Amino acid sequence: MTEQTRPLEEVPPQSRLLGRLAAVDRWWLLVLAAIGLIILLIKASPHPYAEIFNFLTDGIVMTLQITLTSFIFILIVGMFGGLGRLSRSWLIKGIASLYVEVIRGIPLLVQLLFIWFALPQIFEKIGNLLMPHWPNAGQWFIDLKLQPFTAAVLGITICYGAYMSEIFRAGIQSIHHGQMEAARSLGMTYVQAMRYVILPQAVRVILPPVGNEFVTLLKDSSLVSVLAVADLTRRGREYMSRTFLSFETWTMVALIYLVLTLTFTRLTSALERRMSLGQRR
Amino acid sequence: MEKEGKGSSQKMIEIINACKSFGRVRALIDVTMHVNRGEVVVIIGPSGSGKSTLLRCINHLEVLDSGTIIVDGIPLTDEKTNINAVRAEVGMVFQQFNLFPHLTALENITLAQRVVRKRSKEEAEHIAYELLKKVGIPEKAHAYPMQLSGGQQQRVAIARALAMQPKIMLFDEPTSALDPEMIKEVLDVMLDLAREGMTMVVVSHEMGFARAAADRIIFMDAGRIIEETTPEELFTAPKHERTRQFLSKILH
Repeated sequence: MTEQTRPLEEVPPQSRLLGRLAAVDRWWLLVLAAIGLIILLIKASPHPYAEIFNFLTDGIVMTLQITLTSFIFILIVGMFGGLGRLSRSWLIKGIASLYVEVIRGIPLLVQLLFIWFALPQIFEKIGNLLMPHWPNAGQWFIDLKLQPFTAAVLGITICYGAYMSEIFRAGIQSIHHGQMEAARSLGMTYVQAMRYVILPQAVRVILPPVGNEFVTLLKDSSLVSVLAVADLTRRGREYMSRTFLSFETWTMVALIYLVLTLTFTRLTSALERRMSLGQRR
Repeated sequence: MEKEGKGSSQKMIEIINACKSFGRVRALIDVTMHVNRGEVVVIIGPSGSGKSTLLRCINHLEVLDSGTIIVDGIPLTDEKTNINAVRAEVGMVFQQFNLFPHLTALENITLAQRVVRKRSKEEAEHIAYELLKKVGIPEKAHAYPMQLSGGQQQRVAIARALAMQPKIMLFDEPTSALDPEMIKEVLDVMLDLAREGMTMVVVSHEMGFARAAADRIIFMDAGRIIEETTPEELFTAPKHERTRQFLSKILH
């Protein structure tokens, strides 16, 4: 140990363990409580709660599918968007900035509706324009039909990608410029410096807001229900419109969302803690 | 202090009429200087004199507004010049160390070797270990920068720069951010380097080092080179009034 390291904690091991347990358990307790409530409702009065739950199960899978699929693309878009806004090329910087400003200015719901209703008409017009000269390309555009799932993922990715770009940009800019200078001084190219020095550090910095975006995304995914995607919210609506049991249905839907969001919040915290192990003692 | 084989007139660094402004602040005004192979040049001066800017122009961290810089025969201002290749030959040590905090000391030293020089992991680690021994802290190979003292971090930074086997080493106030008791360990490493014949340009306030290692001391003030001479001459009989004023303030 060097003279600058802090002395070992003088707290006895049992207290330290209890302290860590208390910090972790308190929140997982909430997750368990929500799960417990769901189970309680199903057991205590299976009609209607068990039926509701069974009906909603497909919706849960769809919600998770949409969220996780979109999130991967969102991270990719966010990284390139963030780097784009920091580019020295005015063209790239302009395109990236325009993208971020415009998309952040329109509600997600409107964007989803646009992609679902307006985009096919735009494709048709483009196809008609191309027909006289390039019939194959024109036909391809006219025939282009978006699946609901694809439209949903596309819409969410474009929208959240803009916010993620800003998160990445802020994260990259938060890294002291001396790091880039040191990397470049050693002869690394801009790309190499980004890849091996800046981005690895930026990732640790943006983990909290990225985790936050994921949880927000999970909740916002409920909007795809207007696109005829059978996610959790839409399943809830379908069941309710059949049975008119609004209170029971929405209680169950809300609890399930709660369990999902709380679980992912805990997982994000755990991930943050693991990634900071190498940095602090 | 005697040095071997330095009479060669081969100029490693040549700077001609360099001018650089930051907005309205004129950092460099018609600066002309050169550094021969194996020479140790120490640049001193008050803050704002342009000495750090001059240093940073040598490895193109700052770009000149006008003038020429030629490093090892390669003009930096030429569009065709591969700056990254030049930078691999010019090592730099920063006042704030700028070690990569997410990598261990060993990884800090091997990263550029593998990525820029394309050396194998084994070769890079071997060189890294040798350099850590050279700077005196081989046992810290797997420590993270946060676990090291300032002096140790700076020595790792020097090793990291040396791992690229550069022809020139630049030092930008390497000991200014260190606690006093750690300055000597870093200066000792720099002295060794100087004795081994490395071409060095050092911006520093450490007059002891300048006296011991410098072949020439350059005094800058307000963007210009005021005086350029040997340490003996500078400390005993400086020619310009501003030099005298500056020296009287820092020699106590």
